[in-house]
Amino acid sequence: MSSRRTLRKLTNVVALVLSGIATAIGLFFLAAILWTLVKNGVAGLSVALFTQMTPPPGSAGGLLNAIYGSVVMTVIGILIGGPIGMLAGTYLAEYGRTARISALIRFVNDVLLSAPSIIIGLFVYELLVVRMGHFSAIAGAVALAIIAMPVIVRTTEDMLNLVPQGMKDASTAMGAYTWRTVTSVIYPAARSGIVTGLLLAVARISGETAPLLFTALNNQFWSSNLGAPMANLPVVIFQFALSPYPNWQQLAWSGALIITVSILVLSIAARIAVSSFTKGRH
Amino acid sequence: MNKTPDNNPSRPSLPPPAADAAEAAMEEALGAHGSAADRGARLLKPSGRRGGIPAEPHSPLALDSPPIAHPVFHCKDVNMFYGAKQALKNITLDVAPRQVLAMIGPSGCGKSTFLRCLNRMNDTIPNTRTTGTITLDGQDIFAPEVDVAQLRARIGMVFQKPNPFPKSIFENVAYGPRIHGMTRSRAELDEIVCSSLTRAGLWDEVKDRLNAPGTGLSGGQQQRLCIARTIAVQPEVILMDEPCSALDPVATARVEDLIDELRAQYAIVIVTHSMQQAARVSQRTAYFHLGELIEIGETDRIFTNPRHRLTEDYITGRFG
Repeated sequence: MSSRRTLRKLTNVVALVLSGIATAIGLFFLAAILWTLVKNGVAGLSVALFTQMTPPPGSAGGLLNAIYGSVVMTVIGILIGGPIGMLAGTYLAEYGRTARISALIRFVNDVLLSAPSIIIGLFVYELLVVRMGHFSAIAGAVALAIIAMPVIVRTTEDMLNLVPQGMKDASTAMGAYTWRTVTSVIYPAARSGIVTGLLLAVARISGETAPLLFTALNNQFWSSNLGAPMANLPVVIFQFALSPYPNWQQLAWSGALIITVSILVLSIAARIAVSSFTKGRH
Repeated sequence: MNKTPDNNPSRPSLPPPAADAAEAAMEEALGAHGSAADRGARLLKPSGRRGGIPAEPHSPLALDSPPIAHPVFHCKDVNMFYGAKQALKNITLDVAPRQVLAMIGPSGCGKSTFLRCLNRMNDTIPNTRTTGTITLDGQDIFAPEVDVAQLRARIGMVFQKPNPFPKSIFENVAYGPRIHGMTRSRAELDEIVCSSLTRAGLWDEVKDRLNAPGTGLSGGQQQRLCIARTIAVQPEVILMDEPCSALDPVATARVEDLIDELRAQYAIVIVTHSMQQAARVSQRTAYFHLGELIEIGETDRIFTNPRHRLTEDYITGRFG
């Protein structure tokens, strides 16, 4: 009896130690990456980083055009992908919940969700860049929109499904048409959840490099022309980090830090939004 | 929109003493004695008669006396299917104006399903099928030209779980009048909200915080808010699906008093698991069993002199 108990205690200790080691290994690499990023990135933080253009090799400069380009293309990408994704998610959750086509849409959406982003870059390259004859910011924004869309479809559908059926029934029983129930009752009830989905989509697309390489490419200078190539953080990091020039490498580290911190801030904002969402419903 | 003077919530409602008096007069006229609670207790003592109760149901309508002259709902041979499973079998019954019809029976007997047939809420569940006829004021509710949203606007519904919208108290009540374009001015809307909350017995408790969220009220208050929201659109009939099952006894008593007051203007159909409640609030009672309507009749008669053994077994607590 006591030997069995000893065995159990031993098994428990072994399992505890093993899972502790696994956790420690995972956290170690995460911390190492963040530490390297902060150590190398902070060194390049300066006012010039946010006020000057990407420089030629060997001279001083900043990332202003790349930061601007990333913000512009991300915002346009969400402006295109957000409404389409939300409407598709609304269809799946409220109109076509059990329609046969909905199962197909969900499946295709899941495939799109996990599609390598370089494929989407190539697709938009064929669709827009080849036809326009040159790289452009708008092509970049479209590529980002296509990447954001399946994320938004999924989160919108999930969030709308969290709205209690009783609330929807109450509106239906009042004699409201479905569109009215959706816009007046369901959207307000799911608002923070939907916003969270949009924020997650922003976090997802703000670090994408491959699709922009095929669409917006890069621009050494300030450009606010959507029809022309536009600088952006991921491609600048890609280019500068691979270069032999120390000042470019430093800018790449700082750019990587900027993206990471932005995504961190967005994720925290999303978590706060989610917790206020769940609180509001109880 | 039906605007009979009797049915207009913008008319200031009676102050409570007058309403009590009117209620008392009505009880007198209906031949009821003592308080509603007394009556419930009295009705729950079955006569003890065991012999002579038929094992097979008669035609339920034949048991219903006297026949309803101008029914609000007239239902004939209503069958309802969830996929291949038949949930209702040939239900035939009438709902009388200005009366409460209670539907009782064990869980799964089809009473809630039947209630949801009356405003076609089952349409929102996939793979359901309803056959037979249901008319509201003589109009077939399944006719192809019927706009189901317009139909539901004429039939109020109160659910088992209070389900206020995630809006302010004011906006909860204003929702129906807004979506049906019932008011032309803000003053008119204010009037409807005020009178609906007053009639639902909630005005005094919320008049100082109309902009507070409806979800912040207590369960009983939420349910009265849902009733206020329902009567704000001047429905012709109110359906209630176990409206008190999530409430404590005090809140239940308040809602029951409210049902008694609303009866002066509306036909009310209430599904309830509590036989005491059926006895307290209803004038007619229908007993459902396994998707069939076993017996329907005046509440006094059903609880004192059931004609079917299943009804008697249920009301005396032998099963269910």
